[in-house]
Amino acid sequence: MDRGLWLSNKDDKDKLDIRELIKTKGLPGAIKHYVGNSQIWRSFFRHSLEDTPKTRMQTVISNVFLHLHPAKVKRHAPLFKFTWCMGGITFFTFLVLTITGVSLMFYYHPNVRDAYWDMKGLENHVPFGLLLRNLHRWGAHLMVITVWFHMFRVFMTGSYKPPREFNWVIGVVLLVFTLLLSFTGYLLPWDQLGFWAVTVGTNMARSTPGLGHEGPFGELLGMTAYNDIRFALLGGSMVGGNALLRAYIWHCIGLPLIVSIFLIVHFWRIRKDGGISGKL
Amino acid sequence: MDCQTTSDEKTVTDAKVVNRRRALYLLGWGFIGVFLTTVVGSAIRFFFPRIIYEPPTKYKVGNPLEYTLGVSERFKKQFRVWIVREVDRIYVIQAKCTHLGCTPNWLSSEGKFKCPCHGSGFTPDGVNIEGPAPRPLERFKVVLAEDGQILVDESVRFRGERDEWQKPGAFILV
Repeated sequence: MDRGLWLSNKDDKDKLDIRELIKTKGLPGAIKHYVGNSQIWRSFFRHSLEDTPKTRMQTVISNVFLHLHPAKVKRHAPLFKFTWCMGGITFFTFLVLTITGVSLMFYYHPNVRDAYWDMKGLENHVPFGLLLRNLHRWGAHLMVITVWFHMFRVFMTGSYKPPREFNWVIGVVLLVFTLLLSFTGYLLPWDQLGFWAVTVGTNMARSTPGLGHEGPFGELLGMTAYNDIRFALLGGSMVGGNALLRAYIWHCIGLPLIVSIFLIVHFWRIRKDGGISGKL
Repeated sequence: MDCQTTSDEKTVTDAKVVNRRRALYLLGWGFIGVFLTTVVGSAIRFFFPRIIYEPPTKYKVGNPLEYTLGVSERFKKQFRVWIVREVDRIYVIQAKCTHLGCTPNWLSSEGKFKCPCHGSGFTPDGVNIEGPAPRPLERFKVVLAEDGQILVDESVRFRGERDEWQKPGAFILV
């Protein structure tokens, strides 16, 4: 390999005569040399791509998206029979849901008058609308399933044990937020199924100890249907326009933001605690 | 050499002595604490709207003389209530099952309320007699308005299992 010319780390101070270059390297070679040593190129790609342990490591460490991961993985660690790739599949569905979800937002108005008909429109006349809605719907179901399988795998392989116990707790938080995302998304089609599911679901919040007006100590602390936790969730005392708007905002902005932050910690913690699988 | 730092550290660790460093420390964290409490408190307060656009919780349901003995379903669709006339009184029952909140039906031939969801049954005055409902149907506050109509106030409830049905406001004497 002509390591001296392609992304060399050496500073070539000598001014090369372009004609000389073309003569020795040919035109493509000369362009490659010129571009590869330009300041712009080297500000993007800061190390060479030679197949050495050092550059392999640099590839991971110098990339903002990869640097959460370990630079080196043990050969057995990513074996399918150890991990089932359930965490990876879950993250993949999260990305699919983000992309399809943002696409659906372009054709959806979160108000009582339009929501149901926008959902119908997505199914019937929006280009690729039915595909997007179904990807989002089935992806959501899949994500809930894979999260549970991920948890099951981690439990069965004993991967919750120290020093990974912190990451287990992060994972439980992520599980709760996955279910909350699922729950808030349920209401958005504004059909009978979602409406009554959320009606029943938020009725449970009435029984929150201390914070719900029908729960333990609720009445004692002065809770009514107009100042308890359910009121704050729904923006009213019943499932209506405010509840739809709140579910929409939590579903599209609030919860994904919180989930993303926990995901970052979750991934980073894997590296810190000794990789995705294997003994410590 | 007189060791100034040693004497300083002594006073810092001693909580009872308030020197300038400790006072500024408490003042600084105090301000941060007040600031964060205000921010978090107002963020929580933000989620409780002052005005909501929901159906009225106070409404009139006509003159007492319009009701004959028994259960009236006249306002069930509009307000989800039954107006019940007994010999000497009128009261208003909320048409909401105390099990899981479904709307029961009034079966006039059998003389009882029956919930279609899980089969809870109630007597005409709202006492649970069968099915999973754990307590009687709830009643709303009723008063006579100045124009002689019955005024229902949903913000005050009367619960039979707490012996609240004899309280003033739970019924109108006629």
